Amino acid sequence: MAQVSLKGVSKFYGKVQAVKKIDLEIIDKEFLVLVGPSGCGKSSSLRMIAGLEEIDEGVIKIGDKEMNNLEPRERNVSMVFQNYALYPHMTVEENLGFSLKIAGLAKKEIEKRVHEAAGILDISEFLQRKPSQLSGGQRQRVAMGRAIVRRPDVFLFDEPLSNLDAKLRNQMRTEIKRLHQKVSTTIVYVTHDQVEAMTLADRIVIMKDGIIEQIGTPLDLFERPATKFVATFIGSPSMNMIKASIIKHNDQLSMKTNDGIIVPVPKDKQNSLREGQNISFGFRAEDIVPLKFGQKPSSTWEMQSSVNLAEPLGTETLIFTNFGEIEIVSRMFTPEQVKSNDILNFALNLDRTYLFDENSGLAI
Amino acid sequence: MNKKQINNILIWFSAIVLIILIMTPGLWVVLTAFRPQVDVMAKPAVWIPRNLNLIQFETMLFGGSEGSMGRSPIPVLSYLRNSLIISFTSTFIAVLVGTIGGYGFARHNFKHKNKYFLLIMLTRTIPGISLSLPIFIIFSKIGLIDTHIGIILVFVALNIPFTIWLTDGFFRQIPRAMSEVAMTDGCTKLQAFWHIELPLSRSGIASAGIFAFLISWNEYALVSNLARSTDSKTLTVGLMDFTAQFTINWPGMCALAVFIIIPALILTFMVQKHLVTGLTFGGVKG
Repeated sequence: MAQVSLKGVSKFYGKVQAVKKIDLEIIDKEFLVLVGPSGCGKSSSLRMIAGLEEIDEGVIKIGDKEMNNLEPRERNVSMVFQNYALYPHMTVEENLGFSLKIAGLAKKEIEKRVHEAAGILDISEFLQRKPSQLSGGQRQRVAMGRAIVRRPDVFLFDEPLSNLDAKLRNQMRTEIKRLHQKVSTTIVYVTHDQVEAMTLADRIVIMKDGIIEQIGTPLDLFERPATKFVATFIGSPSMNMIKASIIKHNDQLSMKTNDGIIVPVPKDKQNSLREGQNISFGFRAEDIVPLKFGQKPSSTWEMQSSVNLAEPLGTETLIFTNFGEIEIVSRMFTPEQVKSNDILNFALNLDRTYLFDENSGLAI
Repeated sequence: MNKKQINNILIWFSAIVLIILIMTPGLWVVLTAFRPQVDVMAKPAVWIPRNLNLIQFETMLFGGSEGSMGRSPIPVLSYLRNSLIISFTSTFIAVLVGTIGGYGFARHNFKHKNKYFLLIMLTRTIPGISLSLPIFIIFSKIGLIDTHIGIILVFVALNIPFTIWLTDGFFRQIPRAMSEVAMTDGCTKLQAFWHIELPLSRSGIASAGIFAFLISWNEYALVSNLARSTDSKTLTVGLMDFTAQFTINWPGMCALAVFIIIPALILTFMVQKHLVTGLTFGGVKG
């Protein structure tokens, strides 16, 4: 059993508090992804779990054991680094077996486990090579192999895919997921890439400025973002976000943007707002669609605007257009040709707009 | 001829001139070692050697009876022993201490780290010879004059700053993740250093070692003050044995100089691969 728990954990670098009293319970065998922009404290949190950074405040437990004062080697965790950190002076086989050799295992046992790991990761044919003779993807596999031979309680991944090119990254992403199914060990995975987070995670932890913004399953975060930051961070392209203030219009609460555009507040939100409140309202690209192409949501608000730019992607086309002065993006699923400066009518699906209080950033 | 060819010729020409400038004195020393005193002192100079011989080397090593100046041979083997003991011991200590120091500066943060580093480097700006008098006085008070230990101490002090500087740069080149992954792999800090970081900085340590050795092996000014007798005189200081009140045995002196150069050359060739990677490490590996 290897659940990981963080209670009130903080990290200071000089006077800067990189991690601010975070609480986090990671379930046994869970694939948990820490995601956020650079400097959000995700890597520091991971390194504190690994024992590579001192825990300045709070308690970290793996299983039932407190880790605060244990050395990295006493924690039975394995870490995979962004730059692989393979030992360049050792062959792949020696790299894989190093931890077992240090642990004092018998030669036969080491060999058995190394070959087992090499088999899982499909690197058996490279065992005699040095890391410098491997491609990026192969190195990444060796790094993972080195992590699994130890049979650790927890795997820690620190942006393991960011050094790979796009194609290889997708391939390795799938392999990591497969690896998790095979070894079924708790994984804590740090990335700044929300696509990686969405595709890999059982649960995602979104961090910003040293605090946790939201914890949830990928779909939770996508469908029910708790803050404005989570809403814009998760999903690609980013959620369109427009500032507005609440006014009374035709006896109904409405949102008036800085450009004077008035949009009715969705019915279910009418009672949670007050006049004069400053808010942002957001909507995803697929929830504002060009009308003439046959997609019409039920409760809509319509506007006309000219196309700034169109990006055909095959199954869909991203249309960049203006909402007042602010550029937004719309997603069209019909394969039609759209050119710059075409004037289109867009329908916004009001049921799928997200409202956030401008001061607190919290969802309304 | 196009521009590229002219460029090539210019580069080659400058390179050859430079090599001649650097090599000529050395070649002249080697040549002189094999020539009779008459040829060496001849005016006008004899450029093309007429007869070459090994008399100087025979005299030096085996105390041959017919040294060209007819003087008693100098105790080269004692000097060699002193040189070897002093150079190897001081190099070993300097590299050991310097590597630990370099690792400390590269990997650990402590208060005023940069100032300490600067201070250590500043010690190298003091001309060694200006230290000879204070060192002499201190050593004479504590009885270290004319001892191996005294001279070794001086060389260790001279070489540690350079070793720290060189190995510090090397350890910085090794990603921190390397030792971190070793520590999660079950190593203590010391094991991570021993199994991972030390082997990876081999080239740097080898370069530092060669430099420390060559400085100790070739140093003259300080040792000439501190060494008084065959108990501690090194080969370089032994060169002065060839000067008498009115005459200098140039061929003999040059023969000893050649004898001094040979081990240094052999050592440098043996580790030149490391030396080159050592000194260009930062440039070639991104």
